[in-house]
Amino acid sequence: MSTVATLDGGRQGELWRRLRAVTDPELDESIVDMGFVERADILADGTVVVDFRLPTYWCSPNFVFLMLEDVRAAVEGLSWAPAHRLTLHDHMFAEDVNAGLAAGRSFPEIFGALAVEDDLSALRAKFREKAFKRRQETVLLDLRRTLTDATLLTMDLAALAAARPSAGPDDAIGRYLEAVALRWPGCGTDAPAFRSYEGAVLGPADLDGHLADLRAVRINMEFSGALCRGLKGTRYKEVEMVDGEPTLVDFILDRVPPRGCAGPSAHTA
Amino acid sequence: MYITPEGKEIFVVDGHTHFWDGSPENQRNVHGKQFIECFYGYHTALSPKEQLWPKEKFEKYSADDLYRDLFVDGPDDVAIVQSTYLKDFYKNGFNTIERNAAVAARYPERFIVNGAFDPRDGEKALEYIHFMKETYDIKGVKMYTAEWNGASKGWKLDDPDAYRCFELCEKLGIRNIHVHKGPTIIPLNKDAFDVHDVDHAATDFQGLNWIVEHCGLPRLDDFCWIAVQETNVYGGLAVALPFIHSRPRYFAEVIAELLFWVGPDKLLFGSDYGIWTPRWLVEKFWAFELPEDIARERGVQLTPEIKEKILGLNAARIYDIDVAAKKAAIAAGPMLAAAE
Repeated sequence: MSTVATLDGGRQGELWRRLRAVTDPELDESIVDMGFVERADILADGTVVVDFRLPTYWCSPNFVFLMLEDVRAAVEGLSWAPAHRLTLHDHMFAEDVNAGLAAGRSFPEIFGALAVEDDLSALRAKFREKAFKRRQETVLLDLRRTLTDATLLTMDLAALAAARPSAGPDDAIGRYLEAVALRWPGCGTDAPAFRSYEGAVLGPADLDGHLADLRAVRINMEFSGALCRGLKGTRYKEVEMVDGEPTLVDFILDRVPPRGCAGPSAHTA
Repeated sequence: MYITPEGKEIFVVDGHTHFWDGSPENQRNVHGKQFIECFYGYHTALSPKEQLWPKEKFEKYSADDLYRDLFVDGPDDVAIVQSTYLKDFYKNGFNTIERNAAVAARYPERFIVNGAFDPRDGEKALEYIHFMKETYDIKGVKMYTAEWNGASKGWKLDDPDAYRCFELCEKLGIRNIHVHKGPTIIPLNKDAFDVHDVDHAATDFQGLNWIVEHCGLPRLDDFCWIAVQETNVYGGLAVALPFIHSRPRYFAEVIAELLFWVGPDKLLFGSDYGIWTPRWLVEKFWAFELPEDIARERGVQLTPEIKEKILGLNAARIYDIDVAAKKAAIAAGPMLAAAE
């Protein structure tokens, strides 16, 4: 029946939208784009089933913890408040995590046995800072191609928002504005568009040094991102087609095309 | 020996190689299986397609494979082979000093065998350091601060137990401490890549060289900051270098940062064999030019002289290799089959 299909399509869309908004904290990239969500299905009774798999068996428990916490929050925030089953696959703590999730235990309870000492809110704060810097660098480098440093550094948030290209998939300014809003909740649109994370106003003389700092953050994040993508690609047995033919890697790895995985293909060359 | 397209002979010390056994027969449990699979993921993710190995070879390659890939088909003159035990994962260990020493004994001019120990073993660790010095005359060790040991999920270079071990290393002339500070291979509960313990240890042990493998990536900025302040801190390029193939511009940014902060005298080439083989890495590195904008941004250059230092002369300096004498000894050794 078409109404059911529409309803399902709407729910499915909502589910993927929410999952897409969850980022790998270390990389500031969507877990959906990274291909960590192996399956996200809605059963006939509305129950949501999510299968989650990371690039390696060894991924840091801290990061696993943060991501799964966000996934659970995303699923619990769905409009039809569904029952849900989240499953972590092929991770050294998968058993502990899945048993804990099934029993409804909180993450600190699940990971308590692993002696997670880090204050996770501090860890989250650190990742928020890195995300802010990475997003800011992207926008600065892009705008610097057409604007003078003086113009750039006197822009306010309203002017920056006006510079957003009409909706496109690559909304770097939009992502940066989100990070600004997280950093300075409720700050007015007349605030400077580009400040240091500490809030210092930047002058033209500071810009090169500031960009060097931002570059260091990006270099680290890119390293992790490149490795995660590469490892995930080999782990998920995705077939990369070149001219429609599987590549040598696929033959060596004895890859088979994946079973129909709901949702958009996350593979980027 | 690498002969450049211009015909210049470059002395190559491969600072980071392994002779492991990750085969299913040697795997103790799922961790052993997953560990070698993770390495294989690195291999398949970052190698040029024509360099890929079948999984069976990757899990366990022979001494002949090792020799051929490094010295016959490969450009290495000398390879530093690192020991990694992982006895909780592998019945006979992953690549123990015994296994490494056995292959080194066949080709005495070619290998420098490094040991390994775990400071958390207390007195036993000290005894083991003595044993490795007496038995194998080691000049260096490889440290995995993220290795699990009973209830412990990792340790720090500035732990009191570790300091006792380093005091002994210094006394016995084991001067080169290679520290794995890179992508986490065994998870940590804390920030898995923290490099700050290097700072304390390097300050307190000025007589030791601290080679930070993988340059602390993805904590490059922290590593650079420490390396600037400590004259005895070096960076090993293993894992960073393969990006020269898949993401050359990214590699350029990394090497520019390293040249700016750490300088050309403190960076060491390493292939991380068998994850990658040295020939393509050395060829691509020799041919590599820093993009002009990146060179200008950081005010650095990557000249042939600097490449030569990174490829071998820096490691020769900290391992007391007399380059001319070593070249002569290698030339006087058994004739090698020419690489095809």
